[in-house]
Amino acid sequence: MKKLWALFFFFWPLVALIVCWIAPDRGWWFPSEAKSPLGSRIDDLFYLILVIVTVVFIGTQFALGYVLWKGATKEEGSEAYFSHGSHSLELIWTVVPAFVLVFIALYQMDVWAEFRVKSYYPEETLKDGPMMEVKARQFEWRIRYPEPGKDLQNQPQPGDLYTVNEMHVPTGKPVKFNLRTDDVQHAFFAPQLRVKQDAVAGLIIPVWFMIEEAGDYDLVCAELCGWGHYKMRATIVAEPEEKVAEYIEQLQADQNYDGVAADEDDE
Amino acid sequence: MATITPAIESHSDGHSHDHDHHEIGFVSKYIFSTDHKMIGIQFLVTTLVMLMAGGALALAVRWQLAFPWESMPVIGKLLFSGEGGQISPEFYTMLFTMHASVMIFLVIIPILAGAFGNFLIPLQIGADDMAFPVLNMLSYWFMWPAIVCFGASFFVGGATAGPAAGWTSYPLLSALVESAPGSGSAQTFWLLGLTFVGVSSMMGSVNYMTTIINMRAPGMTLFRMPLTIWSMFITAILQAFALPVLTAAGFMLLTDRILGTCFFIPSGIIVNNAPETVGGGQPLLWQHLFWFYSHPAVYIMLLPAMGMVSDMLACMSRKPVFGYKPMVYSMAAIAGLGFIVWGHHMFTSGMNPALGMTFMTSTMMIALPSAIKTFNWIGTIWGGNVRFNTVMLNCAGFVAMFIVGGLSGIFMAAVPVDIYFHDTYFIVAHFHYVLFGSTLFGVFAAITFWFPKMFGRTMNETVGKWHFVLTFVGFNGTFFPMHLLGIAGMPRRYANPYLHPYLEHLLPMNQFITFSAILMGFAQFLLLGNFLYSMFCGKKVGRNPWGANGLEWSAPSPPGHGNFDVPPVCYRGPYEYSSPEAKALGQDFILQTTPPPEMPESTPEPASA
Repeated sequence: MKKLWALFFFFWPLVALIVCWIAPDRGWWFPSEAKSPLGSRIDDLFYLILVIVTVVFIGTQFALGYVLWKGATKEEGSEAYFSHGSHSLELIWTVVPAFVLVFIALYQMDVWAEFRVKSYYPEETLKDGPMMEVKARQFEWRIRYPEPGKDLQNQPQPGDLYTVNEMHVPTGKPVKFNLRTDDVQHAFFAPQLRVKQDAVAGLIIPVWFMIEEAGDYDLVCAELCGWGHYKMRATIVAEPEEKVAEYIEQLQADQNYDGVAADEDDE
Repeated sequence: MATITPAIESHSDGHSHDHDHHEIGFVSKYIFSTDHKMIGIQFLVTTLVMLMAGGALALAVRWQLAFPWESMPVIGKLLFSGEGGQISPEFYTMLFTMHASVMIFLVIIPILAGAFGNFLIPLQIGADDMAFPVLNMLSYWFMWPAIVCFGASFFVGGATAGPAAGWTSYPLLSALVESAPGSGSAQTFWLLGLTFVGVSSMMGSVNYMTTIINMRAPGMTLFRMPLTIWSMFITAILQAFALPVLTAAGFMLLTDRILGTCFFIPSGIIVNNAPETVGGGQPLLWQHLFWFYSHPAVYIMLLPAMGMVSDMLACMSRKPVFGYKPMVYSMAAIAGLGFIVWGHHMFTSGMNPALGMTFMTSTMMIALPSAIKTFNWIGTIWGGNVRFNTVMLNCAGFVAMFIVGGLSGIFMAAVPVDIYFHDTYFIVAHFHYVLFGSTLFGVFAAITFWFPKMFGRTMNETVGKWHFVLTFVGFNGTFFPMHLLGIAGMPRRYANPYLHPYLEHLLPMNQFITFSAILMGFAQFLLLGNFLYSMFCGKKVGRNPWGANGLEWSAPSPPGHGNFDVPPVCYRGPYEYSSPEAKALGQDFILQTTPPPEMPESTPEPASA
């Protein structure tokens, strides 16, 4: 029975490892490969930590199982090993993890800086102003583009163009936008792009990402914002720059359409 | 020690005095008791009941995630008759808010500090009671207004809505009444309940610190204290320094809601056609204040379990704790670092990104003492005469689960990776591995271990083992797949994640999780049944059924009023299992109160070493 218990503690980490091993094939993994360069680097960091953590997981769970097994197979009546510990072992298992942890921490800094620290942003995003404003509200995403040819202002302008729950961005270049909220806190979460940023009342937060591949990407809310939190579903449409320009022109035409203009043109 | 010696005399005087004159009535013995043991047991029973309540809320959450919008069998009709047995999104929001609030504030914190802190501190340091017995009684009875307030928050919002801002209660959702219709007075009651548990914890914390500093038995030096006492001491310090911040923040949020103070509300916000806010506040301020308490609170919810598990592992391996002092120092380091890591809950919040880097570094550093403790636990078992009983199994479960919880924490401590994982189910998996996988398995072990001291009877081994296996299997079946949900990008707190095509394929996994959770939930009836049955019909045992070393095992089981029939004097550390001294006595343990052989028993001066 004792041995069975020791095996129990060997058995379950094995199950855990197997589940993780088969997970990507069963679709229990990232929704897709990262569709932005920064996202791929985040994934790389994830896999780096995953490797380190897996080694430690196997090592420690095996050690736990081993000491239990030794305890279970100890002869009846034999004595426990009397020891208060070992200074050199303590030293080893303090210093080694310390180095690993500091390494992990330092290795993360660049990606974080590039994502959030303005002076590390890609050059293109610094040259131009934000392309649009994304304003979250209960329970939708409102997108505001400036009038073509003008810069985005923090206050709404007469020529601004509006859409809801659909965000058109060009492929192949960094896109920067201002993230705001109309009411409570929300969070801009694009799972395929590995981008997440809270929208906080009273703050205007610049966010940027770059998409290489044209396509539709999910945009959801990741910060509890009320009963309809789960409903804040939107789409990021990535397409070539000309198409985005066309889309915005169309948006402008639709918005300016007053039902009279077309007739006048005909005459 | 010379200064402590006279206390032996006065101590024993007061002790016999108690016995001569106290005829205790039913009410003051079982209800308004000032006896730390009774208060501890009151806390234990109350929190176990709350555990079941909180678990039921969790199962309701799981039902919705496995069978969204389907009416619940049997109980659905009773609970949500208005919606035809369905869970509405508002009700769902309340369910997870209250699940977390009940589990954190009414189960985990009070079961560790309240139940075991109260029961064990005087017994393990050799005192006859707490320093402030009446304050101690008040700390228990202040739980009840909290329970009433949390309970009221279920009902005052009508049948379907309640506090709707999550247990973290981020403004503006929690500050502007209009942003969550139906949560009006419910959220206010929730905040009041929070204040009451805060007061209760604070009373306990002051009492524990005073008792541990001043009331140790002669010879019980700081480094002869069991790790349980060290952990309770450090926890009490954490509470004393962190809790006032939350209490203050809670009051500010309360006045924001009912007096319009706008501590957390910026100007110009219009929600649901309410008048524009006056403003001047900052929602991020709440997050800073809240996490300044709530991160140390995570350690408040873990450290005592770590301490108790160290005690139990040593006893069940019949061998000293591996590296006693490193264990103490790492707990102190966890407590110290615990105050400078709160920002890791806010990496994506929009705070200054440079802060993200510093908080990442400090968070990585706090993993270090946790790692040291884990290695030491394994070292403690290594070479031991392991007894595979319920206590040991739960302790080994604690270590195994703590490893998972600790390692998954590294992912979210790394800021860039946290960008993706923040507010997904990965986080849910992580903290359940720490709070349930570690703390609760530690608590299950501790209940079994100290049960004989509480009631003079042992719990049933067979039932205890079944409870362990079913809980362990149910637990891992529930929470391990949640890591994968998180990696798949499923956000937390979604009433219906399957609205999003990229999450649709996760439904079967969520159903599996729900079935595991049901198994785990129902397994707890084994614990309750075992607890109740053994309380009255368990096998009777003597003072020291486990052959353990602590002072509490030299007292009668259960100890009478005033605890010790012989005033204890402590001669050695708490973990001298299988020591040469013990072997000389022909046993593998040696009580802290057993005098060394070369000293005559009547010498009042304890060993100076």
